Amino acid sequence: MTQPLLAIEDLTVGFHTPHGSVLANKHLTLTVAAGETLGIVGESGSGKSVLCRAILRLLPSPPAEITAKSLAFAGRDLLKLKPAEMRKIRGQDIAMVFQNPMTSLNPVWPIGDQVSEGLRIHRGLGRAAARQVAIDILKRVGIPSAALRVDDYPYQWSGGMMQRAVIAMAMTGQPKLLLADEPTTALDVTIQDQILSLLMELQRETGMAIILVSHDMSVVSETCDRVAVMYAGSIVELGVAADILSAPLHPYTWSLLRSIPHLDAPTGRLATIGGQPPDLARLEPGCPFAPRCPVASAECRALPIALKTLPGDRATACHFPERVAQLDQRAAS
Amino acid sequence: MQIFRYIVARCLHAVPVLLGVTIVVFLSIHLVPGDPIRIMMHGRIADSEVAKIYHDLGMDRPILLQYVVFLKNALVGDLGMSLIQKAPVAVLVVEKLWPTLMLLAFSTALSILIAVPLSLLAAFRRNTWLDTAIRLGSIFGFAMPSYWIGLLLMLFFGLLLGWLPISGLGDTPLDQLRHLFMPSLTIAFFLAPILLQSLRSAMLDVLTSEHIEVARAKGLSEWRILIKHVLRNAMIPVITVLAVNISWLLSGAVVVEYVFGLPGLGSLLVRSVGYRDYPLIQGLAFVFGVLVVIVNLLADLSYMLIDRRVLRS
Amino acid sequence: MAAVAEERQTTRRNPLLRELGSWSSSLKCGAAITLLIVLAAVFAPWIAPYDPNAQDFEALLMPPGWPHLFGTDSLGRDIFSRVLYGARIDLVIGFFTTYVPMTYGVVLGAYAGYKGGWFDAVLMRIIDVAMAFPFLVLIIVILAILGPGIQNIYISVFILAWTMYARLARAEMLVERTKDYMTAVKVLGFPQRRIILRHGLPNVINSSIVFSASDFVLNILLVSGLSFLGLGVQPPLPEWGAMIAEGRDFIRDAWWMATMPGFAILATGVGLALIGDGLAQRLGERHHTTV
Repeated sequence: MTQPLLAIEDLTVGFHTPHGSVLANKHLTLTVAAGETLGIVGESGSGKSVLCRAILRLLPSPPAEITAKSLAFAGRDLLKLKPAEMRKIRGQDIAMVFQNPMTSLNPVWPIGDQVSEGLRIHRGLGRAAARQVAIDILKRVGIPSAALRVDDYPYQWSGGMMQRAVIAMAMTGQPKLLLADEPTTALDVTIQDQILSLLMELQRETGMAIILVSHDMSVVSETCDRVAVMYAGSIVELGVAADILSAPLHPYTWSLLRSIPHLDAPTGRLATIGGQPPDLARLEPGCPFAPRCPVASAECRALPIALKTLPGDRATACHFPERVAQLDQRAAS
Repeated sequence: MQIFRYIVARCLHAVPVLLGVTIVVFLSIHLVPGDPIRIMMHGRIADSEVAKIYHDLGMDRPILLQYVVFLKNALVGDLGMSLIQKAPVAVLVVEKLWPTLMLLAFSTALSILIAVPLSLLAAFRRNTWLDTAIRLGSIFGFAMPSYWIGLLLMLFFGLLLGWLPISGLGDTPLDQLRHLFMPSLTIAFFLAPILLQSLRSAMLDVLTSEHIEVARAKGLSEWRILIKHVLRNAMIPVITVLAVNISWLLSGAVVVEYVFGLPGLGSLLVRSVGYRDYPLIQGLAFVFGVLVVIVNLLADLSYMLIDRRVLRS
Repeated sequence: MAAVAEERQTTRRNPLLRELGSWSSSLKCGAAITLLIVLAAVFAPWIAPYDPNAQDFEALLMPPGWPHLFGTDSLGRDIFSRVLYGARIDLVIGFFTTYVPMTYGVVLGAYAGYKGGWFDAVLMRIIDVAMAFPFLVLIIVILAILGPGIQNIYISVFILAWTMYARLARAEMLVERTKDYMTAVKVLGFPQRRIILRHGLPNVINSSIVFSASDFVLNILLVSGLSFLGLGVQPPLPEWGAMIAEGRDFIRDAWWMATMPGFAILATGVGLALIGDGLAQRLGERHHTTV
């Protein structure tokens, strides 16, 4: 087996607050192969965004504290790099696209200048050359008459265009891995699809890997090769997208899938997940999903839980994955 | 085009204020209780001469006509004659403009040099003892009378240590900078705290905004992020605060010029009050008013250079 | 345990203590300093060891020590006693120059913000023009017209200082006007004066209250500064700024003459500014106005 592009082993991210420590990521183990798309799904507060920032080491420390057996990117442990070495990776080998394009660009500088800034810093390109590259990339991400608009300021662009600019900014370094943290959440539904297909096109052209973070199961199901489902800072299910979609092995995944609206589905109320995500500061022992789980039993609340590997390149953190099938039957009746 | 429209709109905005300034300045001499000419001449003047001066000054004409003449003259830079110094007010004022402008520039630069690093420190180390110490220090600076701190600086650096000259304005540019250092520092004692306070919250706003994280994800160094993405954004509130406080800055300059014997507009104003030299007082008030309006206009125009969002409105 | 319970009970019983407990440290420090200075001013005749105007030619320019805590001036007057009596002058002038203009400034601003129209337009133009002059310059011009002296300082400050308060109150009223409770009282058919004074004013006055603390400081600095320039309180009255002016000529030989009254101004200013700081935190940062 070839070496994966990104191999995370036992990653834990804690935040120290005056009211005690909170673990935002707990013992995550995850790999991303070159060129693949990994979807990470979960509710807000499940630790998806923290994971992206931990990979790029963007979390300010203190209060954040990152520990891991290894956080290897192309064979180098990112946690062992010096700050200057880490900066060479950011924007070059690993780039990131953020949730809100409206605030991702500095309002006081022209867009082209911000898009090409990484090239000037990392590759030592001159102003004119960097500007030309910025125009080309803006053109590539679908900005009409990019040569005329390269000197525009962010306030002159719409949200969808700005997200294209942010993607262009990320692509300037020709990254091997793109972290996309809810790249479509802040956008109109019609724009969402365009941005997603732009990302997929760029991936086909460059062969980069993408980690696509979303709270929306339908976004992930359309675009990803593999999916990791996160809940309360842990991965609760991991596997090939098609398998997970057709036969989830964790009640939480099952609930997420049920809450996607289907055009062909019979009428009726949209399914929701009862209860609230748990407070990360005070977790009970046992499965964190148990209080909201429709098939939980006493063991679930008592026994500590870990991600179990199953045949067929799958893993689940449910004590009783076989019960998920019962849920389907119960829902059908 | 947008830029042109913005500039014109800002300039037009200043016109009614300038007109108001001329009205206030013009009316001031008419509000003097009693006979301004007699008061100016301290009574040592014959009745026939008073009537002649009134006629020469045009003060026996209808008031509206007088204002029109005043306005017309002011537009071409004629601010009347000082009766005491027997010289055109405009000449007297222009002579003293330069030291005051230098004092303003020097003290503003000094205040920025003090306030920017301290506000960054306070923002980065917010809610620590350092932040509290900086806040407390700025409260002390704000509450100190500037003429008092000026005297103390004079005593310490001028008289005890003999490092700096204690009054007047030198001849060569370098010498003038030496003379201006203590007066500028005195002004910085109250200007820097005001700047510091608004800068700290502005820095906090910028530091926590998402585009800073994006810049980090691009692989920029902390230093570059600070210079390019934090300071530039934080300059907008600096300019606002400076423009809003230009009136206080000029007020402080009046006192400080007097303390350090700087031959500027402020000390001229204080002296001419003693002489009751009304035309000169009018001329000085006019120049001070115009200075404030110009500074506010410059602030508006520099927003445009720093942050293009202002063009939107 | 019992002591804690007891303390809790007394706090519950005494609303004053509970109120004090909720104050921030800047508010507490500021209030303590200010209270101390106010007490010193009130009880000056009992605290002061000397008559503030008694000249003693046996003890000219005595350095700080005993029995002259802050030393003596060029006429042999006890500076400590003069500083104490000076608190009476400076605090009273500071108080009236701050709170008299505040009352009508806030009312005018609130009215303009509520009514809009020509009244608002005219008022705003007047304020714009008044603010186009440096405050001190305009005061000096008025003093040049009316003549120096404390009475004319009051007049000139009353003419000018309301503008800042009117501006603050107007800005708040523009926001407040659109809120539901204002519409509600309007619908009830209350007279306009009642709506503005009784329902509007309490909600638009916060920023003015916060500003008034710094304004108090600025006014003490202004009045003492004018006295320093020879345009305000005239000697031999023991006003702090006038005392510093007298000490200016002796700065080389008797530094204490100018220094001691300055500390009094500084202490008063710090006390009031801390109160302002605490009030700003308490009433919300949005009311924090930098001069």
